[in-house]
Amino acid sequence: MNKVVQNAAEAIAGITDGMTLMLGGFGLCGIPENTINALVKSGVKNLTCISNNAGVDDFGIGLLLQSKQVKKMISSYVGENAEFERQLLSGELEVELLPQGTLAERCRAAGAGIPAFFTPAGYGTEVAEGKEVREFNGKQYIMEKAFESDYALVKAWKGDTDGNLIFKATARNFNPLMAMAGKITIAEVEELVQPGELDPNFIHTSSIFVNRIFQGTDYEKRIEQRTTK
Amino acid sequence: MLTKEQIAQRIAKELKDGYYVNLGIGIPTLVANFVPSDIDVTLQSENGLLGMGPFPSEEEIDADLINAGKQTVTTLPGSVFFDSATSFAMIRSGRVDLTVLGAMEVNDKGDIANWKIPGKMVKGMGGAMDLVASAQNIIVAMQHTNRAGESKLLKELSLPVTGLGCVKKVVTNLCVMDVTERGFELKELALGVSVDEVKAATAGTLIVEGDIPVISF
Repeated sequence: MNKVVQNAAEAIAGITDGMTLMLGGFGLCGIPENTINALVKSGVKNLTCISNNAGVDDFGIGLLLQSKQVKKMISSYVGENAEFERQLLSGELEVELLPQGTLAERCRAAGAGIPAFFTPAGYGTEVAEGKEVREFNGKQYIMEKAFESDYALVKAWKGDTDGNLIFKATARNFNPLMAMAGKITIAEVEELVQPGELDPNFIHTSSIFVNRIFQGTDYEKRIEQRTTK
Repeated sequence: MLTKEQIAQRIAKELKDGYYVNLGIGIPTLVANFVPSDIDVTLQSENGLLGMGPFPSEEEIDADLINAGKQTVTTLPGSVFFDSATSFAMIRSGRVDLTVLGAMEVNDKGDIANWKIPGKMVKGMGGAMDLVASAQNIIVAMQHTNRAGESKLLKELSLPVTGLGCVKKVVTNLCVMDVTERGFELKELALGVSVDEVKAATAGTLIVEGDIPVISF
């Protein structure tokens, strides 16, 4: 079966208004740049986006916010984006904030066939409101459910045409978890190779989780905090 | 009064050989600059790096290699990368020995608020709620009062809570306090700061017993 598509526009075929998308990345590190740009061009709207952050004003998911294509964001930290904060405080944008580990585990659970789990994170806080609380070994935990999403959009360093993926450095972050969790997973890679060219010992995401793959172009890889010694 | 660097320097004295440590954004990040040279401390960055190295040179900058504050960093011999679920597995399972966080407010029961000011500022909790729910040893680094001069060390939090009963120690520009069942126990004073000044700047229950030594580095 051929999973290779030619470009991002082809990869996002089937993403329609109102869908729930997972987008990999931490800040601007490891985000699916090509796929996001294609979504902006497509004009698809009323999206629910699950992503740790919301990009910055003019890059990453920030672009989808600027064009008002996002109905709801599910994130852990959104502090780098003034447009986001404006839309949120004005009520234009719905936001669900979750502890980062809970966000990660809800992705992992979705990809692992686990419907729910208990975590101590958020007990006693706003995050716990309306959620089941249980005590285990004298400590309180809240129940969190696996995410349900239509598409997962991830970015890897290298991938083969079967869909095996290798991530680079901290650009890994949520990408392998989301790759497992999408009903349909779209991977964009910096380098697309033939099966057998990646050492099976070092593959992070197995091809079975990936439905579409393409080689991205013109990676900007913008740095949020350029710090040097 | 302590500078931000001196707050970090004092917290660094709490580090022990073999510790895995997670440092939050702001003053906590500075603690890395004061790790004693005779001990090994491994820094965990929750975006997926254990063994965080110093900031890179211009030539070493790699957009794919950042810390949880989105700053460019480097690796060290023995460093390892992992996904976000593995990162928080380390945190929730209690393997991180020390967590240093900033805070907007702490109360005398050890509750912390640092993620939201309703109607004004919504940044989110990031990894803070996972860290405070699980870490055995949490030190807060912060200014004793806010810009309006109001105490940030309270009886009851006014802001939405991040975690309950988790803060063990607070180091501010004025002093070092342990959080115990009785409240904030004053342990050390910054040079030139009096007990009365700390009392005036602390809205929560403050316990002062015996002579309070001056912070040494």
